[in-house]
Amino acid sequence: MSILVNKDTKVICQGFTGKNGTFHSEQAIAYGTQMVGGVTPGKGGAVHLGLPVFNTVSNAVAETGADASVIYVPAPFVMDSIMEALDAGIEVIVCITEGVPTLDMLKCKVACDNAGVVLIGPNCPGIITPDECKIGIMPGHIHLKGKVGVVSRSGTLTYEAVKQTTDMGFGQSTCVGIGGDPIPGTNFIDVLSRFQKDPLTEAIVMIGEIGGTAEEEAAEFIKHNVTKPVVSYIAGVTAPPGKRMGHAGAIISGGKGTAAEKFTALESAGVSVTRNLAEIGLTLKEATGW
Amino acid sequence: MNLHEYQGKALFREYGLPVSDGMACDNTNEVLAAAKKIGGNAWVVKAQVHAGGRGKSGGVKLVKTEAEIREFCDRHIGNRLVTYQTDAKGQPVSKILIETCSDIANELYLGAVIDRSSRRIVFMASTEGGVEIEKVAHETPEKILKAAINPLVGAQPYQAREIGFKLGLNPIQIKQFTQIFLGLAKLFDEKDVALIEVNPLVITGEGDLHCLDAKVVIDSNALYRHPELVAMHDPSQDDEREGQAAKWDLNYVALDGDIGCMVNGAGLAMGTMDTVQLYGGSPANFLDVGGGATKERVAEAFKIILSDENVKAVFVNIFGGIVRCDMIAEGIIGAVEEVGVKVPVVVRLEGNSADKGAAILSQSSLNIIAGESLADAAQKVVAAAGGVS
Repeated sequence: MSILVNKDTKVICQGFTGKNGTFHSEQAIAYGTQMVGGVTPGKGGAVHLGLPVFNTVSNAVAETGADASVIYVPAPFVMDSIMEALDAGIEVIVCITEGVPTLDMLKCKVACDNAGVVLIGPNCPGIITPDECKIGIMPGHIHLKGKVGVVSRSGTLTYEAVKQTTDMGFGQSTCVGIGGDPIPGTNFIDVLSRFQKDPLTEAIVMIGEIGGTAEEEAAEFIKHNVTKPVVSYIAGVTAPPGKRMGHAGAIISGGKGTAAEKFTALESAGVSVTRNLAEIGLTLKEATGW
Repeated sequence: MNLHEYQGKALFREYGLPVSDGMACDNTNEVLAAAKKIGGNAWVVKAQVHAGGRGKSGGVKLVKTEAEIREFCDRHIGNRLVTYQTDAKGQPVSKILIETCSDIANELYLGAVIDRSSRRIVFMASTEGGVEIEKVAHETPEKILKAAINPLVGAQPYQAREIGFKLGLNPIQIKQFTQIFLGLAKLFDEKDVALIEVNPLVITGEGDLHCLDAKVVIDSNALYRHPELVAMHDPSQDDEREGQAAKWDLNYVALDGDIGCMVNGAGLAMGTMDTVQLYGGSPANFLDVGGGATKERVAEAFKIILSDENVKAVFVNIFGGIVRCDMIAEGIIGAVEEVGVKVPVVVRLEGNSADKGAAILSQSSLNIIAGESLADAAQKVVAAAGGVS
């Protein structure tokens, strides 16, 4: 077991024949992900990377039995793509695209919640269950099949955490990049609750950053619901207030959303926090006794 | 993207909200002409900058004579206004908004934001208008009334009525408040607003509700579908280096330290700044060079970082995911040569082909120091910048 995706997950790509869709689908296939096709309206019937191209997601689902989709289309078309995947019966939608309007996400989030569909992202690296299924833009080679669940708002910080848990030989059960936008499809609590239930996940690394109160809410959830060891790092101690730090969601506004508040909330929930990015693996070792 | 007050009020007018008659002017003569055109014997002149706290800093004034108008314009146009929300340099003033003078009996607050926790547009109102709402929220949270908008059906009149009654408005004012509330909700939705504030929303001497100020922030991700809002962008209000970085799709934020940082990924860029501080240094900036750290982008990033004279050393921290570190190393060497970087550069490469990348860096004759790990590189750059501060 793992969470959300595994070796049986059949994946299609929306925006398949575009530059990003092509490049990352090639990488996913090379990693061993069960890619079953892709969608590019108007190019149905073609073969791309040895896989069938469909005009619509519903055609792709009918022909391939796909249950997950990864979206690489440009931001203006993301809402359309998410809704198309949703209506076609896709169960896990992973949106990599950055720059999606927030009001579009508000609507998509409600639609996905109502349908019971998992939306990961947007503006995220994706999700990977090592050696089984890689959906997204993360480098496969840094991962190692193992026992740590990783959840993060940042792509490159996920890679740091992954590399450290790989170097220490712990490996990862599943890594979920929930993305740096203010309205993520999946939040920390959604992923934490899945990791808590997953027998393969023995400990959790949660990486947050400034802006919003998702980490504080996660801390509250951990206090009452998570029995596995949790290690956490928060980026942005040095970030000035009122400035957007690259990610649309990474902004301290009205004095709220600082790293200090998040560290405090997590510490009081019994989470092992580290303020040193280079010591995530070490902190995990101490927290678990491995 | 922030809008100026006069631009926000133009949108308010478009959505039927009550705002003062006024004109945004570029020079003193235009302001004087506007005063005549608007008529009356008293006006309010307001310096247009992207910052709050203008009133307390002399950027808003009640004027009654030509001399007073001239004095205000001469003091502000072409100069910078410093408020508690700006940095020490302040924001440049190139426009003055002149408006009719409103008779104020009471000041309320009305605003709307996207609330990340509840994932709704949330309206907030308070009887404590004219002051900082964050302060009210902090000290007397019970004085903030809230209404969350259902994304399926949008704002409903009952939500406005509910708040209106709690604010103690009379029946006529409740009708006016409902119009304003629904107008703002429509504007929020149609223009992809991220934050909107009417502070203060005043009750005039005649008992009418009136929008005295307008703060509107647009979701930058949605600008592609609003060319009319893109046209409102005032680059003079942006930090110069941030603006330059944006032209290259680089995210840059200036800080006040002396260690320049160039990193791929926003999270890692923040993490790098924090690591520098953890090892006793002081970061000079946030800079996300993006996934494809090519020679051209790295060169531009160096130029922007080095345009800050405080920078004594540069920390390049790249986690090569899919991009190979040897290619990045060549890009860094090329950029350092091209830009003529004089300060020490510490590079930490991790991930794909990191060993090859490190070898290429160590063979170059340039002043590039290879960091073995994140912690090692952070310590080296702190030392290169003159040691622990």
